Amino acid sequence: MFKKLAGGLMAGVAIGVMSISAAMAGELTVYTAIEAEDLKKYADAFNADHPDITINWVRDSTGVVTAKLLAEKNNPQADVVWGLAATSLLLLKSEGMLEPYAPKGVENLDPKFVDKSTPPTWTGMDAWVASVCFNTVEGGKLGLTAPKTWKDLTKAEYKGHVIMPNPNSSGTGFLDVSSWLQMFGEKDGWAFMDGLHANIAAYTHSGSKPCKMAAAGEIPIGVSFAFRGAKSKAAGAPLEIIVPEEGVGWDMEATAIVAGTDNLEDAKTLADWTVTKKANEMYNSGYAVVAYPGVAKPVEHFPANLLEKMIDNDFEFAANNRKAILDEWQKRYDSKSEPKG
Amino acid sequence: MSSTDALGPNVSADSRIKPKLGSDDWIMRGYMIVLAVYLVVALALPLYAMLSKAFETSRFDLAQFEVQVSDESGAFNQPAATLKQLNDKSNFVAEGDLATSSDGRLALTNFFPDFSFRSPVKYRLRGLDDNAVYLVGSERFAGTKPAEFDSNTFRKVVIRPIQSHGLANFATYFSTPALFQSIQNSVFIALVSTVITVTLAFGFAYALCRSCMPFKGVFRIIAMAPILVPSLLPGIALVYLFGNQGFLKQFLMGESIYGPIGIVVGSVFFTFPHAMIIILIALSISDARLYEAAVSLRASKWRTFWTVTIPGARYGLISAAFVVFNLVITDFGLPKVIGGQYNMLAVDIYKQVIGQQNFQMGAVVSVVLLIPALIAYVVDRLVQRKQVALLSARSVVYQPKPSRRFDLSCLAYCALVALFIISILGICQYAALVKFWPYDLSLGLSNYDFDRMDGGGWAAYRNSIMLGLMTAVIGTVIVFTGAYMVEKTKGFTRGRASFQFLAMLPMAIPGMVLGLAYIFFFNNPANPLNFIYGTMAILVICTVTHFYTVSHLTAVTALKQIDGEFEPVAASLKQPFYRLFSRVTVPVCLPAILDIMIYLFVNAMTTVSAVVFLYSSKTTLASVAVLNMDDAGDIAPAAAMGMMIFYTNVAARLVHAVVSRYVLGKTQGWRQR
Repeated sequence: MFKKLAGGLMAGVAIGVMSISAAMAGELTVYTAIEAEDLKKYADAFNADHPDITINWVRDSTGVVTAKLLAEKNNPQADVVWGLAATSLLLLKSEGMLEPYAPKGVENLDPKFVDKSTPPTWTGMDAWVASVCFNTVEGGKLGLTAPKTWKDLTKAEYKGHVIMPNPNSSGTGFLDVSSWLQMFGEKDGWAFMDGLHANIAAYTHSGSKPCKMAAAGEIPIGVSFAFRGAKSKAAGAPLEIIVPEEGVGWDMEATAIVAGTDNLEDAKTLADWTVTKKANEMYNSGYAVVAYPGVAKPVEHFPANLLEKMIDNDFEFAANNRKAILDEWQKRYDSKSEPKG
Repeated sequence: MSSTDALGPNVSADSRIKPKLGSDDWIMRGYMIVLAVYLVVALALPLYAMLSKAFETSRFDLAQFEVQVSDESGAFNQPAATLKQLNDKSNFVAEGDLATSSDGRLALTNFFPDFSFRSPVKYRLRGLDDNAVYLVGSERFAGTKPAEFDSNTFRKVVIRPIQSHGLANFATYFSTPALFQSIQNSVFIALVSTVITVTLAFGFAYALCRSCMPFKGVFRIIAMAPILVPSLLPGIALVYLFGNQGFLKQFLMGESIYGPIGIVVGSVFFTFPHAMIIILIALSISDARLYEAAVSLRASKWRTFWTVTIPGARYGLISAAFVVFNLVITDFGLPKVIGGQYNMLAVDIYKQVIGQQNFQMGAVVSVVLLIPALIAYVVDRLVQRKQVALLSARSVVYQPKPSRRFDLSCLAYCALVALFIISILGICQYAALVKFWPYDLSLGLSNYDFDRMDGGGWAAYRNSIMLGLMTAVIGTVIVFTGAYMVEKTKGFTRGRASFQFLAMLPMAIPGMVLGLAYIFFFNNPANPLNFIYGTMAILVICTVTHFYTVSHLTAVTALKQIDGEFEPVAASLKQPFYRLFSRVTVPVCLPAILDIMIYLFVNAMTTVSAVVFLYSSKTTLASVAVLNMDDAGDIAPAAAMGMMIFYTNVAARLVHAVVSRYVLGKTQGWRQR
């Protein structure tokens, strides 16, 4: 029996050792916040051109991936970041964690979507834009009218019927908050959020959850992003995707090579591929705005006026004031101990 | 080799076989030291790393930077001044605001009240040591090279903090209501859940033990079911039952399930079996002679209950209460799913680390969470020690007598509890099969298409089974051999006591704290063990360590049943200890060994708290996938995965039952007369 157990132990150790295969040629560990259901599509499209490079995804929400990357600052595990908020990449850049590299063909991209340093440390892919998901069935049952503006959401009729992501953990939540502060100014921005807070039923951890909850009728109004809303609508949810009239915050998904990668060659191959026209056409399947000019076609279920409502986002403001904004937000809204119905 | 007195009295009485014993002893001690080193590396050092992280502070060091300001024409006539000198003069930034997190940034314009970005004034900035770091926009600069900025660029210059040590994080914690409010919330929820669970579990155990109702075996199995699912699952079930689209929403009378109500109901569900089993054992060792005495003294049933039953079970009740309290206060999955805006300590750790990237504050919350967990643990240990002393050789086992009314009410009560447990599990399975809740209630398997969701897909499920098997095999070997060394090594009192202490420690460490400690310790490039970070190995080590104590106690209890005479006999027959171990000890203890294996397997399948910080792309886990899918709003697939874990654990239990029966027949014949 002892021998059998010992045999089992040895087998276990062997398996453990086998699973230690950190960075091998032809394999890239890619950190991402791209929606999980799209990962396979992205990898397949890349592998169609580069079958010899395997992508190992580490997917999580924007906040989690950013935290993971920062935690691994002195011992990076990722080779490439593909599909993370530009504000997060700015944070990593300010820690010196990104490898400057100009992917082949980067000059074709809209300069707004490329890091200003030369060589750039990151390149944009597409923009994801805040929107409000309104469940028409549940809204109708409750006798709610669809909100038209952000300020509408502070009206008393929506009390307890709005859900939004917590900016401390969700990139979407943070871009909402930072866009309100940029649009309304600091004082009015916080005043607006005070009003909104009175109506909020809960702050969720992830940015797609409010829209999915609205889609499932769990709450009539979810502050989320347009892409998520369009997907749920396509799945059959009775949703109306609303672009508030004042303008909407947005962030871009971007790509960067992690400094210190053991596999720089493959990482560059992937970075080159992510700026191609083909890749941008792929991004366009979910995002109305992509980095490659002239590629974007209208996306099904996307609200028509989305593009013109995107605010002139100041990413550096967002990155450098992130901590101050989040501290203030937490102080104002996160200490509520009473749940609200 | 070693002196006689060091080897203890057994050896001095048997001095003619000293050499043989000596070498065995040294092997055993050596092995024990190896295992102790394992526990130190897997437990003590990570905890130390976490503690020191809690005291790691970030602070803007104003003496690190020197700024020189030009006049309107761009000529630098004024002498340069450090930011510290500027601040000492006018106190632009309060002393308290200089403490920040590792992500802190401080704009230099703070120090120049008449700053205007349109002004032609120029600024010269110089770091005074190599650690001076500042950003221009998001570009990073470090060191002592001077740089010159026009006003429009200067507004984008921010300085970064330096690392130091101190209590600043704790000061920040206790001055942030959003954070310390959680202490009160956590304690409140844990107390309420404890009272409810222990009361319900006592009733259930009482019915099982003291009534003659039918279906006792079935009820017992149903009551143990919650152990087989992750603690998040009741949260998901409650969303479907009492959420805004839930079947039973009206039962809440307008209250929201998201919040304390949901956390308490879910906590009762997942802690119920733990409390029930402890109380059941306590009730079943009560002495029937006391009841006979009560009857002959004509005490009323009510009086007997309060003077005999409750005092007899008091240690079990206290122990159950502290176990439940500990489970609830350290649980992370449930409040994460159903807690809404109600902050709890374990969730705060996650939010600080994952949401805000504030590892130091995560460590501070961990230290705070350790305190109630440690108290509950110590009290539980003290009580358990007393419980054993209650058993006496002359005790008579209580045999319940049939009583129609009492048995029927027991049956009704147990049926209600069983209905609660089954409906929680049933609703999850139903929700997992519904296509699009609540608008398309037709059934299908689309929610099982895990590869299209967060959390790692079916690979996560396979990884979990792998983790379960490896944890069960490796963990059992480590735990059982460790327990053997502690029990059977002669002398070496101090070493055995320290090993015992290390083995008991994991129970007091909440999973979140352990996971975070592992990040700090293993994800450090200076650590030679760094290579296991991100692999299955670290998950196995973490899980074995997390569940070490209960397994260790099971093994020790089994080993204590073996007479200490075996060792001297084996020694006098000149048999080495490992032969005795493999021929006698292991076969005799096989039921306990199998129990340890199933315990480790089930827990490895359901645990979330420790591994949530440690999984990587290749080692995603089913339990974490439940969390991540729920997090992304894919609640139905989360329920589906949760139920997959449940069925897997049921299957494992069945295998365990079959193997146990077979093994009992094969090796435990000596137990029958």
